[in-house]
Amino acid sequence: MADEIVELNNGTDNLVIVGIQRRGVQLAAQIVSTIIEREKADVPQGALDITLYRDDLQTVGPRPVVGQTQIPVDIDGKNVVIVDDVLYTGRTIRAALDELADFGRPKRIALAVLIDRGGRELPIQPDIVGKKVSAEPWQRVDVLVDELDERKGAIIAERGDGT
Amino acid sequence: MTLSLGKDLLGLEPLSGEQIQLILDTAEPFKEISERAIKKVPTLRGATIVNLFFEASTRTRVSFEFAEKRLSADTVNVAASGSSVSKGETLVDTARNLEAMRIDMVVIRHGASGAAQFLAERIESNVINAGDGTHEHPTQGLLDMLTLRDHFGRLDGIKVCIVGDVLHSRVARSNIWGLTKMGAQVGVCGPRSLLPNAIEELPVQVFTRVEEAIEWADALNILRLQLERMTAGYIPSLREYNRVFGVSRERLERAPRDLLILHPGPMNRGVEIDSDVADGPFSVILNQVTNGVAVRMAVLYLLSGGKPELAESAKGGGGR
Repeated sequence: MADEIVELNNGTDNLVIVGIQRRGVQLAAQIVSTIIEREKADVPQGALDITLYRDDLQTVGPRPVVGQTQIPVDIDGKNVVIVDDVLYTGRTIRAALDELADFGRPKRIALAVLIDRGGRELPIQPDIVGKKVSAEPWQRVDVLVDELDERKGAIIAERGDGT
Repeated sequence: MTLSLGKDLLGLEPLSGEQIQLILDTAEPFKEISERAIKKVPTLRGATIVNLFFEASTRTRVSFEFAEKRLSADTVNVAASGSSVSKGETLVDTARNLEAMRIDMVVIRHGASGAAQFLAERIESNVINAGDGTHEHPTQGLLDMLTLRDHFGRLDGIKVCIVGDVLHSRVARSNIWGLTKMGAQVGVCGPRSLLPNAIEELPVQVFTRVEEAIEWADALNILRLQLERMTAGYIPSLREYNRVFGVSRERLERAPRDLLILHPGPMNRGVEIDSDVADGPFSVILNQVTNGVAVRMAVLYLLSGGKPELAESAKGGGGR
């Protein structure tokens, strides 16, 4: 995926990688370190928490936990790549696009996801996909990262099943 | 994640340590919003908030207003003077009339202790206490705690002494409740005439000499002498108060450690605090003001919307 991101943006100039809280942030960090290693070029990395931009805030129960947003560079005119773990309805990405617009006007925004599970509710499609799976609405698709889950991988489970 | 604050924020006394922790942790990411070029998130879009201020206030009212606007709420300010309150309308009638215009939240400051609770029990909107008489000023207590936590990295085990007019201070009461619930040790220091009679019943250490308080504490929260609330001779003169209880650089230099200096404002320079302390290297008085906006955004966010019966749908995560 790191190679595809570099290829899509014609190199690492003006590239900014932004991970979506929570697991997109760890994936973004892995992608950035891979790019740094292979391209010998520094790529700025940011984190986006989209909770305050959710379109269902008026209807959900106790307020969801808000995470940290951090965009360390000016994104005007840059090639921004949003990184998330699982792409499902597309609503998170809609919120992320709105939030990014409050930080500036990038030249281009692309979307890279580790898993595309289908089931879109908005006209949003990824540019780079790690793996495409087709999961049913009653199933959950979870990505596990070392930093939060102490293991790496992806699982498909029935909803309500904690494992 | 079922922890919530309920309908209103009336004080810190009724809250649990976990609820206070939730507010402080939620305030953390809100700090960043005020640093953006576009200082606004759409979270409270469509919500209407009335700031009902029966007492003079600049800092608190502006801070609430910024917090509301940065969350995209629509706000209306009502001051007691120049409103129907000055024509004899009661507090509840004022609020019910406002509620008839379909509002969602009321932020109230009032000279009578208990006014916020009185209102909260009678209207459906969320009520936030922005200071009621000598009772509580919860968001001030919270922003003081956030500022202390920023500096010390924790609240558990730190020693905070509240210096000055504790008797008239709702800020003191909110600090005492909040800090002790979070595991901090709290001291109070002031002339006996400005300490409440039943101060021993509160979980605090009492100092009557400011030198002892300075030797004991990690941080001082210095209160304003509330001359407007003083009806009788509580102190001989402002000059004498400054000589005996004023926090000066000379006094702080004799302390065994550097003390963090807080003041909820407005300051009476040369009375309870000297200028070289207020503007000195250990003063976090302006950090308190910055943190005030983040804490109030967090409180507004946590109280807004969200009906308990919809709690289940929150767990679904709303799709990605």
